[in-house]
Amino acid sequence: MNQNKQTTFTLDGKTIPFSPGQTLIQAAMAAGVYIPHLCFNPEFKPHGSCKVCTVKADGRQTSSCTHQAQDGMMVESNTREINDERRALLQMLFVEGNHFCPSCEKSGSCQLQATAYEMGMMSPHFDHFFPDRPLDASHPDYLLDFNRCILCSLCVRASRDVDGKNVFALSGRGIESHLIVNAKSGRLADTGFSGEDKAAHVCPVGVILKKRVGFAIPIGSRSFDEQPISATPHPQGACPVGPRSNAATLPPHPTVKDV
Amino acid sequence: MGVESPAQQKNRFFQFATIESLLMASPIDTHAEYLDPILGRHRHNANDLLQILIAAQDHYGYIHSDAIDHLSEQLKLPRSKIEGVSGFYSFLHLQANGEYRVLFSDNITDRMLGNMDLMQSMCSQLWVEPGKVSEDGLLSINTTSCTGLCDQGPALLVNNIAINRLTRERVNAICELIRERVPVSAWPAMFFAIEDNIRRRDILLDSHTKPGSALAALLQRGTRATLHEIRISALRGRGGAGFSTGLKWEFCRDARGEQHYVVCNADEGEPGTFKDRVLLNGYADMVFEGMTLCARIIGADRGFLYLRGEYRYLLEHLQAVLQHRRQQNLLGNNILGHAGFNFDIEIHLGAGAYICGEESALIESLEGKRGTPRNRPPFPVTHGYLDQPTVVNNVETFAAASLIALHGGAWYAGIGTDTSHGTKILSVSGDCERPGLYEYPFGVTVAQVLADCGAHDTQAVQVSGASGVCIAADEFNRRIAFDDIPTAGAFMVFDQSRDMFEVARNFVHFFAHESCGFCTPCRVGTSLLSNMMDKLAEGHGSPYDFAEIKKLNALLQSTSHCGLGHSACNPVLDTIAKFRPAYDKRLAQKDFVPAFDLDRALSQARQMTGRDDTGAHLERSHESE
Repeated sequence: MNQNKQTTFTLDGKTIPFSPGQTLIQAAMAAGVYIPHLCFNPEFKPHGSCKVCTVKADGRQTSSCTHQAQDGMMVESNTREINDERRALLQMLFVEGNHFCPSCEKSGSCQLQATAYEMGMMSPHFDHFFPDRPLDASHPDYLLDFNRCILCSLCVRASRDVDGKNVFALSGRGIESHLIVNAKSGRLADTGFSGEDKAAHVCPVGVILKKRVGFAIPIGSRSFDEQPISATPHPQGACPVGPRSNAATLPPHPTVKDV
Repeated sequence: MGVESPAQQKNRFFQFATIESLLMASPIDTHAEYLDPILGRHRHNANDLLQILIAAQDHYGYIHSDAIDHLSEQLKLPRSKIEGVSGFYSFLHLQANGEYRVLFSDNITDRMLGNMDLMQSMCSQLWVEPGKVSEDGLLSINTTSCTGLCDQGPALLVNNIAINRLTRERVNAICELIRERVPVSAWPAMFFAIEDNIRRRDILLDSHTKPGSALAALLQRGTRATLHEIRISALRGRGGAGFSTGLKWEFCRDARGEQHYVVCNADEGEPGTFKDRVLLNGYADMVFEGMTLCARIIGADRGFLYLRGEYRYLLEHLQAVLQHRRQQNLLGNNILGHAGFNFDIEIHLGAGAYICGEESALIESLEGKRGTPRNRPPFPVTHGYLDQPTVVNNVETFAAASLIALHGGAWYAGIGTDTSHGTKILSVSGDCERPGLYEYPFGVTVAQVLADCGAHDTQAVQVSGASGVCIAADEFNRRIAFDDIPTAGAFMVFDQSRDMFEVARNFVHFFAHESCGFCTPCRVGTSLLSNMMDKLAEGHGSPYDFAEIKKLNALLQSTSHCGLGHSACNPVLDTIAKFRPAYDKRLAQKDFVPAFDLDRALSQARQMTGRDDTGAHLERSHESE
């Protein structure tokens, strides 16, 4: 490869430079272009499971978090077709768990909620599964509400790869897949989990919650209440502020929503 | 935060769990006693976790929580990983699941042979509900995905050993044996007499090659020249994907790595497919010989046969064949006296996960992990087992490779059609007089197969299993070939009496059960689809649901992580397109009807009040107004 020539691909008509080995979303983020995503976090090795970051690369849908950028590639992201698919995937995540935004401490800071707004999701569309998932309030400082788990495995990766603790893992299969913790009792209190862990701070939804700080920041003043997720630096601080995508065409954010 | 109540509930649960585990007390030492020899056999290798768990469960009946402590310490694996792996595989249990674990095969062909009535009969005789453990802990009864005995069903697995040709009498006898607590090893041998049912032999099933002859041919011809023969034979993978075998071997040979590996995919889970079972039973030498050829060509000295858990009754036989080959110097060091030609094969068992038939999921499983398909690229030829270059081929592909080594590529390429060379083994089941194995040169018409197997009044044929294609009568002149109807081998026949909606519904349930759960569209979508088909079955379907199914299909096809999600809607779309009346008769409603059934929701109230009059029914009371 000619080292002097900058490799680029085209994303929705815009030229995006990339360096070898970068995936589509990594290059897009570096160029300040937002591609909706949930299981991707720039600090971790891409996983490719939520599929919300799906784009159409050279005519074929693929996960932009795992697909390596190639010179001259034509990529579509913010199109009606792709956003319709993303919305349906988000709706699937909403009906799979129990996501009652109005009563959720994470409301306004939740990436699932904010991405749903971004994609113009107005209803869950599918029939709810209403799974029975008990809470784990055993830990003195943290609460686990499995009802909101979207199986992104960020806590699994953070605990394993950063904290070196393996506090979290996925078990079960298919629709029975679920998050477990590393204790014979099955309780978070009996694991090596601590609030200092990276894993305590990566949940994009409201599963891993710090106790006694509920609603310290009032709803209406939280990250995604201030501006849509497409214009918000990544919660982990690695995504530069980018141009807004189709959120600009949506009505202002209500503080609670009908899901 | 209002979480006290559920938390208390959870605490109560754990108190209960503690008391229960005290009652069933088994100190860790007890577990170390049987686990240590297992760990020793596997050299304390964490990559063998799945095999260790299977052996542990074999000994103890399930994977006890204390056993996990010991394994975690000895293998230096977090407990969460061991539980995560155990939780993935249908045949592994973290709770006691009965001394007798009965699993009725639930392919559509088993259904057509009345498996549900037989299961119901066994449940009522033994006083147990499907999916639950009997109160005395003696047994559990449940369904499982196709066990590959479709030509001799209905079938079941008892403690993972297959029983075929179930009848009412056989089920009664099994109930008696369980009641009397007769060990499965002492049950009548005729229950376990699995048949090969080979009905049509061609070059492969008719070959009587001497073990070692293909290897001798390889050594005589040379490695490069043998790969050339495989290339010119135009052999393509027989597991369904149809990738060029010669190219795959060449890519793998040329890939850089510390070790190369050969893997035989015997995870024959596609509903209606059972050819590999017969090949492994009667032609194991040819399969192992094909693997050894491949090893020589790509430079591997270790190989694996990944045998689906449903076929574990073949394990001793296969081990014996391997042992015999070692004695004949067809495996081991300096094979056939050829210095540096070292290769051996280990058998790994699956544990009830269809997805492990996908090659990258199979490799994950070989590494002792959950069977989640990997992100590709990279492909296994460069990054396979332990990230090393690995060839994964189907059982039939390896057997065909031995034939090619013996008789030459040109000979093989001369059989079949211009685009599909050689033969294909079909597993024929369903409505026909002679179900079993039929080997044909590629290009055979569906009509010819139907005539040969004695099928009459045929309505449809499902070719290549649940993820394959449904062929209607006006297409019976189509051919089995890569460019017409490609197939991994299943050929299920349905006559005019069959309800094609129920066929599709069975397959959809299968996919929902077997989805690995990694990606959102497949994990949630297959269950949504399954619920929609149930909604139609219950008479609540409307044209709206049709539109929904089509939308779901498009989403699954474009965004799923692997082939399972891509093909999960195929049976529904095929049958909607070709057997629309089977759906129309279920569309009692012209307008949308919610899946939530208000009247059914009142059934508990009716039961409690002992009422069943018109006023206690929602719909009927509306009608009377």
